[in-house]
Amino acid sequence: MNDKIETIKSLDLTGFACPIPIVKVSKVIKEVNQGEVIEALTSDSGALANFPAWARTSENEIRKSEKERENARFFIKRSWVCQGTQN
Amino acid sequence: MVVFSGDLDKALAAFIMATGAVAMGMEVVMFFTFWGIPLLRKKEGKSKNKDFFGKMFGAILPKGASKAKLSKINMGGMGTQMMKTLMKKKNVASLDEMIDLAGELEVKIYISEISMNLMGFSRSEMIDYPDIGFSGVGKFLEEAGTSKAQMFI
Repeated sequence: MNDKIETIKSLDLTGFACPIPIVKVSKVIKEVNQGEVIEALTSDSGALANFPAWARTSENEIRKSEKERENARFFIKRSWVCQGTQN
Repeated sequence: MVVFSGDLDKALAAFIMATGAVAMGMEVVMFFTFWGIPLLRKKEGKSKNKDFFGKMFGAILPKGASKAKLSKINMGGMGTQMMKTLMKKKNVASLDEMIDLAGELEVKIYISEISMNLMGFSRSEMIDYPDIGFSGVGKFLEEAGTSKAQMFI
C-alpha cells in the first residue's frame, strides 16, 4: 500500500508483554485529538487479536496493521469522543 | 472481580485482566478475600496485640505479593523462582509492578473485612494503595450487579 497515513505520535512498545501495550496505547490515545492517528509497534504475539478487540471496545479505529517479522505495526485513529470523565 | 486465591499465577492473571480492562475503557473493582488478602500485606512491619491464631496466620501466610507462590509446580519454591526469572526474561511485569500499575490506572480495591479479621490482620498491615477500601459482601454484590463482567479467581 502506498497511501501513507499521517501520524501524530509513534510508540515503540517492543519488549512489552500483555497487557502493557494496550495500557500504554489507551493512555496515549487520550492525549491526541479526535481524528488524529498514532502508530504503535509491538512485539507482543497476542497483539494481532488484542489490538482490534481493544479498538472495538474502546471505540477507536485501527486504520491499518502490518506484520514486520516478529513485530506488528498498528495505525490507530482516535474516534472516541471525550466524555469528560477521562483525562 | 473477586480475588480469592493467593497464588502468584492466579493473582497475576487477575491483575493483567484488571489493568487490561481499564485500557479497554472499563471501570474495575477488585474484591480481595481469604487467601487473596495476604497479597496486599506490607512487606515490612509487625503488628502487635495479636492473639495466638492471628500470629499463626501472620507467620504462615506470605507477606505481600512478592512472596506469593505458584499454584502448580512450586517445587519447594524452585518453580516459583524459575517462573520469576522467566517473567523477567520475557518482560512480563512482576506482581508488585502490576499492583502499582493498577493503582495508577485507578483500579479500586476492596478488602473483605470479615476474612481480614478472621486471619487476624489489621488495616494498618495492608499496603498503601491509592484507592483501597474495606467492605463486606454487600458492596461486592452491588458492584457485581451493575457490572458487565464478573470474575472469581
